[in-house]
Amino acid sequence: MTDRTVPDPAVQAVGLVKTFGAHRAVDGVDLTVRQGTVYGVLGPNGAGKTTTVRMLAGLLRPDGGEARIFGHDVVREADAVRRRVGLTGQYASLDQDLTGMENLVLLGRLSGHPKKGARDRAVQLLRTFGLAEAAGRQVKTYSGGMRRRLDIGASLLNAPDLLFLDEPTTGLDPRSRNQVWEMIRVIVAQGKTVLLTTQYLDEVDRLASRIAVIDKGRVIAEGTKGELKASVGAGAVHLRLRDTVRRTEAEQVLALTLGAEVQREPDPLALTARIDNGDGDGGAGAGDGGAAGRASRALAELARRGITVDSFSLGQPSLDEVFLALTDRRAGPASVGSGHGPGQGIEKERAT
Amino acid sequence: MSTATPGDTAGRHDELPPVPSGSLVELLTAERPSPPGPVSASLAFGWRSMLKIKHIPEQLADVTVLPVMLVLMFTYLFGGALAGSPREYIQYLLPGVLVMSVVMTTMYTGIAINNDIDKGVLDRFRMLPIWRPSTLVGHLLGDVLRYSIASSVMLAVGLLIGFRPEGGVPGVVAGVLLLLVFAFAFSWVGTMFGLLVRDERTVIGASMTVIFPLNFLSDIFVDPQTMPDWLQKLVHNNPITHVASAVRGLMEGRSPGADVAWTLGWSAVLIVVFGSVTMKLYQRK
Repeated sequence: MTDRTVPDPAVQAVGLVKTFGAHRAVDGVDLTVRQGTVYGVLGPNGAGKTTTVRMLAGLLRPDGGEARIFGHDVVREADAVRRRVGLTGQYASLDQDLTGMENLVLLGRLSGHPKKGARDRAVQLLRTFGLAEAAGRQVKTYSGGMRRRLDIGASLLNAPDLLFLDEPTTGLDPRSRNQVWEMIRVIVAQGKTVLLTTQYLDEVDRLASRIAVIDKGRVIAEGTKGELKASVGAGAVHLRLRDTVRRTEAEQVLALTLGAEVQREPDPLALTARIDNGDGDGGAGAGDGGAAGRASRALAELARRGITVDSFSLGQPSLDEVFLALTDRRAGPASVGSGHGPGQGIEKERAT
Repeated sequence: MSTATPGDTAGRHDELPPVPSGSLVELLTAERPSPPGPVSASLAFGWRSMLKIKHIPEQLADVTVLPVMLVLMFTYLFGGALAGSPREYIQYLLPGVLVMSVVMTTMYTGIAINNDIDKGVLDRFRMLPIWRPSTLVGHLLGDVLRYSIASSVMLAVGLLIGFRPEGGVPGVVAGVLLLLVFAFAFSWVGTMFGLLVRDERTVIGASMTVIFPLNFLSDIFVDPQTMPDWLQKLVHNNPITHVASAVRGLMEGRSPGADVAWTLGWSAVLIVVFGSVTMKLYQRK
């Protein structure tokens, strides 16, 4: 099945466009997803994620550009594409009037299983997904978590090589979310490819190896997690001093050793220094040794001068920060720490 | 677009156990079957329609209660005035009312398809590597069952109140079969509306606009001889007139060759025209 030379990418989209009336829902999206990886498409509501996925899955005809799935054109070779992909949308697309069992037997038969085979597979699937007891109940009586599971299960009936999961955890409780994540890990461990869209940053952070950030129908950033984070800075050092007396001195030490701008937090004991990628380190991003090295030098210097540090943390920028920085520069890192909620709370505390 | 449906907010406790990765792997690595042929795909969808009837039997009220009402109402309301007595009138009326009710029932095909789009089920079907029209053909297969039920119920009521078809069982069966062929063809009109318009109500509205005049400007209720010339022309060129005349002829034990031929011709035209328009719309959805 796989070519011995360079395998085709699971997804390759170039300049995808979809317009609805005057609205350009997808406005020139390029995506390349390598086989056997989880690719995260991150974006707010209405960014064009679902429209993009629907075009890639062959449900919607692109108005411009083209997309290939395992080398097959989604428009001209739609059947070859369908044979190898599965899709789970934001809302369960199952027949609510039928039982879970009937839905799966129907879809099994439509995937090409003979009657008996479809039944066996449905039973196996229901058991795997912990829905054996609910098998004989109409889907409309299922809870949200159960529906989502049945929906994901239905997408696996044809053992797809590429699975599109369009916001698979939206509206789920944390426990069900974790279970969906676990499933995705198992699926990819089998060499399958998953394209995941989400509004949740921690979701792509946990699962995806590459990420595209999409906003207003365009890809505004693409890369590995590390690359995206590095584009905003290597991380930030947060310090909390024992007393305020030597704050200015501490600030100078940090500025000197870290080579970074130091911010005073509204809390008079706290200091934050944002570490940029130094000369050439970073890039690979995650676990940036350079940043940690400089941070420990700073700590040592503070200790040498007898400045007591109560707490210390070195954090990578969260994807939240990345996302905000990318989608809205005004809310970017520059203004972090200037009179946000917690600061005001402490201000009040001090006044009393 | 990206809002979760209310049912999705998992406020309810669902104590679902974690998915064991071993059996998940088994599912993932299973052999992929080759796609089903057009016939088995259509039959699978037909099976779905049967299941729908099983789970929502009240839907059958549409194809039983209304037809019975129509038979009783028209027979006793017009019978005396139009044919001297209800008993005489029902001999003429019943085959026509049969046609009328079944043609009206075709509207539900459109509604069902519209619902599938609305709920996102159609997307799942369109993701399958199957013969494209099979979804719609499957719906229509289920509807043929519905039409058969409607016909049987009306015939039973008709027989109870004095309908005595001269054609006997063969004539009646032939009439019903011909009607089923026409209804299958006519359903593609409803299917087209189902794909074309936004919601269920509009499907009903659009279908009724077509079905209502077609039914009444025909020979279902009265012999067109007393109508003004221009109206007679209209009535005689109405497909419903051909179908009603053919079914009536068959049930009366005559051999209405011309009307049967017209009916089959109309059916072919409907399938070719509306079938292809519907499939175009379906591909573009």
